[in-house]
Amino acid sequence: MNLDSKKFRELLESIQLVYGYDFTDYAEASITRRVTHFMSVRKIESLDELARIVLKDEKIFEELVQEISVTVTEVFRDPSFYKSLRENVTKRLATYPFIKIWIAGCATGEEVYSIAILFKEEELLNRSIIYATDINQKSLQIAKEGVYSIDNMKNYTSNYQKTGGKKSFSEYYKAKYNSVLFDKSLKQNIVFSPHNLAVDKSFNEFQLIICRNVLIYFNQQLQNKAIHLFYESLCPFGFLGLGSKESLLFSDKKKQFEEVDRKEKIFIKST
Amino acid sequence: MDPGKKYEAIVVGTSAGGLYALSNILTELPAEYPLPIMVVQHRSKDKKELLEDILQHKCKIKIKQADEKEKIEKGCVYIAPPDYHLLIETDLTFSLSSDQYVSYSRPSIDVLFESAAAAYKDTLIGIILTGANNDGAAGISAIKQYNGLTIAQSPEEALFPFMPNAAIATKMVTHIWTLSEIQNFLLALDKNGKT
Ligand SMILES: C[S@@+](CC[C@H](N)C(=O)[O-])C[C@H]1O[C@@H](n2cnc3c(N)ncnc32)[C@H](O)[C@@H]1O
Repeated sequence: MNLDSKKFRELLESIQLVYGYDFTDYAEASITRRVTHFMSVRKIESLDELARIVLKDEKIFEELVQEISVTVTEVFRDPSFYKSLRENVTKRLATYPFIKIWIAGCATGEEVYSIAILFKEEELLNRSIIYATDINQKSLQIAKEGVYSIDNMKNYTSNYQKTGGKKSFSEYYKAKYNSVLFDKSLKQNIVFSPHNLAVDKSFNEFQLIICRNVLIYFNQQLQNKAIHLFYESLCPFGFLGLGSKESLLFSDKKKQFEEVDRKEKIFIKST
Repeated sequence: MDPGKKYEAIVVGTSAGGLYALSNILTELPAEYPLPIMVVQHRSKDKKELLEDILQHKCKIKIKQADEKEKIEKGCVYIAPPDYHLLIETDLTFSLSSDQYVSYSRPSIDVLFESAAAAYKDTLIGIILTGANNDGAAGISAIKQYNGLTIAQSPEEALFPFMPNAAIATKMVTHIWTLSEIQNFLLALDKNGKT
């Protein structure tokens, strides 16, 4: 199915008016693909038909958000990123009496528990607070519960070990039937809440912001806007961690950051 | 084939046995080749830039991993990074995505081909080489629907014939060629991308 790009844009603009979700500056190829998939699964034949259904029925709109929001994630995804955090970031954060962390686009929370584990091991968790946000309410609900399938634990354990973790990974969760539940002590300092990088403002000042594999879904303009938001939300010498394929290259704020680890895309706000 | 027709980009998809096939069709291409070439080779997620290094060693044309939002230039072979889908935007830049696997693959050939077809329309050439699954078949159909040119490696020659066979089964493949025929065709495109 080939979507007419003018009509597609009109639909995204109507969605913005009706629901306040702004998808107009998402990378077009990706979002078109998601929407086409949504339409073919539901046997919706045209953009007009899609517009009629989605703008009338909030439930269907939420399902569309679900489709557009790519929730793929992992515990300790890209272990070398976490290893670098251990080696290059946590020691410097230890000088703060209180540490505020923002994980933007946290999806179903695996990344949030990874950070909690890492900060616990570095003995920083008890004086940290982690704000974990996403636009996807359903994902946030899953994140809050912290219950995941046991099938992935082998992979996650191996990821954990690659980050330089010295403990037995099973100390951090309880297994029950086919699920695992992350330990309560990890959850104490986490606040899950909705936040939309495309429309919402800064809500605090942070020592560390992590936003991985979210910017790739945005066009350059929206990427730049998000980087501005991160810049404003970081304290002086605060750290920013992006996904392994993301960069500040196209942002006009790039000169206000320095690279801490070029390969792992970890930056520090320098001016 | 349309003699004199102008092409603007080439996409190539391959899986098992792909390295050999790719180096065969790419080695002779000159550094200032008139079109960009985008490649999905199914690969495991740990092997960082090995594939790019090996190919570069054998080729004159520049080989690099495609970067997020990078502008597509001619005279370069862009390889999809491990563990991300590679998409082409209509402004001829790349987007990456970590969506679910498509046709059991990430990067997926279908994802690249379908987005490339929408961006380049009838000026796109799509090539399916050796491989052991059917990723790419839907992509070949998409290219053909936009009146692009579609090519599959001859299954008799392919180390793993399943992937070219799946593409051919869509009845959307224009040419079934051996590697040396594909290479000759690519070399024959003139500096304006004309056949
Ligand atoms: C591929 S996941 C990344 C999950 C995790 N950060 C990781 O790297 O594994 C992308 C997430 O970005 C979220 N997202 C998309 N657009 C967003 C926006 N405008 N504001 C906040 N989050 C957004 C999606 O809902 C999804 O959960």
